[in-house]
Amino acid sequence: MFQVRIHGRGGQGVVTAAEMLSIAAFDEGRHAQAFPSFGSERTGAPVVAFCRIADKEIRLREPIMAPDAIIIQDPTLLHQVDVFAGLKKDGYILINTTKTFEQLGLGDFVRDWHPERLCTVAATDLSIKHVGRPVPNVPLLGGFAAVSGIIKLESVAMAIRDKFSGKIAEGNIAAATEAYDIVVAEMKEALTHA
Amino acid sequence: MLKQCEGSHAVAEAVALCRPEVICAYPISPQTHIVEGIGEMVKEGSLKDCEFINVESEFAAMSVAIGSSAAGARTYTATASQGLLYMVEAVYNASGLGLPIVMTVANRAIGAPINIWNDHSDSLSQRDCGWVQLFAETNQEALDLHIQAFKLAEEISLPVMVCMDGFILTHAYERVDMPTQEQVDAFLPPYEPRQVLDVNEPVSIGAMVGPEAFMEVRYLAHAKQMQALERIPQLAAEFKSVFGRDSGGLIRTYRTEDAETIVIAMGSVLGTIKDTVDEMRDAGHKIGVLGITSFRPFPLLEVAVALKHCKRFVVLEKSLAVGIGGIVATNVRMAVTGMGLKGYTVVAGLGGRAITMKSLTGLFEKAGRDELDLVNFLDLDWKVVNKQLEREREKRRTGPAAEAMLRDVGAVAARNY
Repeated sequence: MFQVRIHGRGGQGVVTAAEMLSIAAFDEGRHAQAFPSFGSERTGAPVVAFCRIADKEIRLREPIMAPDAIIIQDPTLLHQVDVFAGLKKDGYILINTTKTFEQLGLGDFVRDWHPERLCTVAATDLSIKHVGRPVPNVPLLGGFAAVSGIIKLESVAMAIRDKFSGKIAEGNIAAATEAYDIVVAEMKEALTHA
Repeated sequence: MLKQCEGSHAVAEAVALCRPEVICAYPISPQTHIVEGIGEMVKEGSLKDCEFINVESEFAAMSVAIGSSAAGARTYTATASQGLLYMVEAVYNASGLGLPIVMTVANRAIGAPINIWNDHSDSLSQRDCGWVQLFAETNQEALDLHIQAFKLAEEISLPVMVCMDGFILTHAYERVDMPTQEQVDAFLPPYEPRQVLDVNEPVSIGAMVGPEAFMEVRYLAHAKQMQALERIPQLAAEFKSVFGRDSGGLIRTYRTEDAETIVIAMGSVLGTIKDTVDEMRDAGHKIGVLGITSFRPFPLLEVAVALKHCKRFVVLEKSLAVGIGGIVATNVRMAVTGMGLKGYTVVAGLGGRAITMKSLTGLFEKAGRDELDLVNFLDLDWKVVNKQLEREREKRRTGPAAEAMLRDVGAVAARNY
């Protein structure tokens, strides 16, 4: 079973991202379970959502405390919430930022990590560019398809069409695709330097 | 057809497939996406011959449900938590009058303190209201139970509550197999009311009954629940023949053959318990699970048979009977009267406290060594409790307890992981 925890703020589509990730996995014939952390959602407040992906029925209902991967939709959370709590050693980390892990002050934390599992993408910028709104959740899913390899970019596109239609769907698909390409390039770069 | 969707939307679609004629709901919290989804279907015209009535409170919701059901319409509503408590007077009337309303309760805690999260306090507070209460383990089962609920309710002329864990199921996206209209039509015949308000054949419903017949009319409600006890397993079998899967029934056992310890629970926590039991089985523990689907009527005989060969049982329940311990546990104890079993009550997951495999493993290992108390509280922070008790011993004007205990916990914002 592969477990993902998504951290963001109210209004960034955190819960929708987990739901879409589960739809993408379902479209590939797998079992998936997505659920929010059930707070009193307010715009700007820290929000957490979870997604489990497996090849058999998922019965477990506890929150994800030892994730295989973390998606951080808002890097300002790094100073507010213990976003890495329980993350498995060498887990995947994808952050919505224009900075590097070093610049974010995470250099020591991930010192001996697999470098190609640590990726950043400026998802808010991509979302503004392709959709006209600062909602980073969907481009991050494109980036996550690349870094984790757990779902295909085509499945993310299918999930986008499940949730959105028309121009918004197409814009989000373009943003997710660009994020995917950026992360693939980053991973190559990381492996070259490793 | 297989689809990946939210629990609430799965239930909304299932209810629509049952061809309801009146849906009445109070749309404000505590409410789920279920009635929102059905409201959309009525508005866009995909759910035909159905009137959606937006009412001003939960009390009005159940009152309208009583009226429309008495007029012969297949009637549905949904609520939770405080909303259920607000409609209680009408809830009792619906069952007392024998009206087959189906209602989803998206289980949540009851305040005070204010809390929007999941436990079973709301439904279980209504255990004696005369409604059938069925508890769903998964979103698939929640969906399926609604289809069975209309058939059961209308056959025996009693209202049915389908209980599904608020948030944990209602807000979870998972795979469900959505039946076709043809399948549901093959299983669920049109509603043929036993009593109906009809201007052409006037009757009165809801007569005052004095001591001369009150007990007899009340006993009838009990007799109907005993009929439900027989019909529920039959309906599950009929359901399987049409839809091809096991859903509903009175109880369900898991790895109980040769089990020395049997864990009993209701609702979605059964999944986490089963995963825990699988791990413990691998480590050599003889442990199994008994899930109770039908809480009302309570399957005394079936529970006794399921526990016949074990040494001890642990009832893990998301409810607290303040002043005695467990609600489900008290019912289970009645079922095993005279069997000489050791039994433990574990109150867990109140107000959305996460129930984890780690805590369950420790708990069940302790149970296996018979080191549990009669009544236990899973993951209760005794430090916080004792600190407040100590304050109250030392000082008269200690102020509001919840606020003080939140300060002790150091909570900035509510969280559940």
